[in-house]
Amino acid sequence: MNVLSEKVLGGKQGALHLAILAVLLLVILPLCLDLFRLGLIGKYVTYAFVAISLVLLWGNGGILSLGQGMFFGLGGYCMAMFLKLEASDPISTKIQTTPGLPDFMDWNQIVELPWFWEPFKSLPLTLLLVLVVPVLLAFIIGMAMFTRRVGGVYFSIITQAIALILSILIVGQQGYTGGVNGITDLKTLSGWDIRTDSAKYCLYFMNAGLLILCIMLSRFILTSKFGMLLLAMRDKEERVRFSGYDVARFKIFIFCVAAMISAIGGAMFTLQIGFMSPSFVGIVPSIEMVIFAAVGGRMSLIGAVYGTLLVNFGKTIFSETYPELWLFLMGGLFIAVVMFFPDGLAGIYEKYAPHCSFSMLRARWLKKVPKVTGERQ
Amino acid sequence: MNPTEFILTIEDLTVSFDGFKAVDNLNLYIENNELRVVIGPNGAGKTTLLDLICGKTKATSGSIKFKNTELTRLAEHQIVRTGVGRKFQTPSIYENLTVYQNLEVSYPEGRSVIGSLFFTTTPAVKERVTRIADEIFLTESLHQQAALLSHGQKQWLEIGMLLMQDPELLMLDEPVAGMSAKERDLTADLLNRICKNRSVLVIEHDMEFVKKIAHKVTVLHQGKILAEGSMEKIQSNETVIDVYLGH
Repeated sequence: MNVLSEKVLGGKQGALHLAILAVLLLVILPLCLDLFRLGLIGKYVTYAFVAISLVLLWGNGGILSLGQGMFFGLGGYCMAMFLKLEASDPISTKIQTTPGLPDFMDWNQIVELPWFWEPFKSLPLTLLLVLVVPVLLAFIIGMAMFTRRVGGVYFSIITQAIALILSILIVGQQGYTGGVNGITDLKTLSGWDIRTDSAKYCLYFMNAGLLILCIMLSRFILTSKFGMLLLAMRDKEERVRFSGYDVARFKIFIFCVAAMISAIGGAMFTLQIGFMSPSFVGIVPSIEMVIFAAVGGRMSLIGAVYGTLLVNFGKTIFSETYPELWLFLMGGLFIAVVMFFPDGLAGIYEKYAPHCSFSMLRARWLKKVPKVTGERQ
Repeated sequence: MNPTEFILTIEDLTVSFDGFKAVDNLNLYIENNELRVVIGPNGAGKTTLLDLICGKTKATSGSIKFKNTELTRLAEHQIVRTGVGRKFQTPSIYENLTVYQNLEVSYPEGRSVIGSLFFTTTPAVKERVTRIADEIFLTESLHQQAALLSHGQKQWLEIGMLLMQDPELLMLDEPVAGMSAKERDLTADLLNRICKNRSVLVIEHDMEFVKKIAHKVTVLHQGKILAEGSMEKIQSNETVIDVYLGH
């Protein structure tokens, strides 16, 4: 049990950093910010799920997926489909030609609920599908690519293409998916109104709690032999293969875990923001999320969370004043990080923090103590 | 001869790249506890031979039997699991891990996804790592990052990573390339020690080194065996002198 907690928390230093993040997200920010600003933080935290999935996949495994948005989006869509069905009860949709169907289906002359919407009538099944659908897609992509040893830049380009295809598919099938507007007007979760202030607080805490759980799960993976093998595969894939490991299986597994973590973020996004649209599925959001992870530090789970929060803060502030400059600024930021700080904020912290952190002060203090006792003897 | 006497039996092995036969109808037999050295000019097919045995390259025809298991149909990691280890020509180690971690990650347990997630370092693993580190002269650098090792030390580390797996057949592609004279001597000692309870197949160019370690030498030329036998026999063979050793 002790070993497990050690692994999940990542040692003393890791536990401390996780505790600081937890206090910041769960205590300090809710106390300091009004509900509107806290809602923004909640939104950024859902992106942080994707950023930590990229730390696993890209930072540690060397597999750069430029399509994580599709898993975020699929998780979000699964959640949105359940909420939409609940919001489309026959009474509130009685002005439609076919009451009881989601409004966008009615506009597109669809008179019967499509088969793939049926499972989303049940909440337990929906929660399951939020995880299963993205993992299944990741498994299929992983099987097709990793067993054929497609890697490196080819993998990145193909994932990007798949993300693009998925977003085009969603936009094109308006009657089944809500098209470019996405799935909107979401109201209740099993009768619980998610638009009230208390629900928003509740969802915010749930979201932050889930993020911390996902960090702990990722820590467990990274501190195990699996984590060491990820680094080894990034360095010398051939050597791992010729040491008796089936490299493809390891890659498929981590790709599926990354998809699952991203999907949780997507589902929480839908719940907190109240809609899901194809603009969170395609290339641009997928690449933005890589930038969040890169700025925070692609090797650091906690760093990636801070990176996501900071870049999004910057985005909110800058895009209010100079909306047209923001994309250039973000591109520049990405180039600067890759060129000068390849390990991101976490790398800078690790380089400079040991000289002034309190662990150093404590070490100095501990050195003094034996001196004192020495004098006494 | 009875094929079960041999740990490795290669018969009629051919691989052709767009019509070019890098290995051409090759027959090679390696006995238990034998240290065999394969020599030959550049392009003779030495590295291709190792690639074929460990599954990196698929044979066009012929058979490779390791203790009665046909290797030509197995995937790379399955071949390793039958007990074949292979060191690459350029040292192939995990630069971002420490020497200790490089050895630990090569330990042949927890090789499945789930197995690796719940793998715990037992005292037996630690003991094995320390023993092997001692054997490959790296006890002092155990907790150093592998990228900081010298070229020769990296070669040793890769040999150590293979020893962690305790293979019955160990294949080394130019193990002393880039080593100093002293390092070469140490490596010769190391190879003589580790071939006690396993068979070793070495590719090497350095004839002084070959003399120190070889039980038997095979000369490859244009994908075919030119000569085979003891070092003295090979050195006095006229054709070998003509195509490879020189007058």
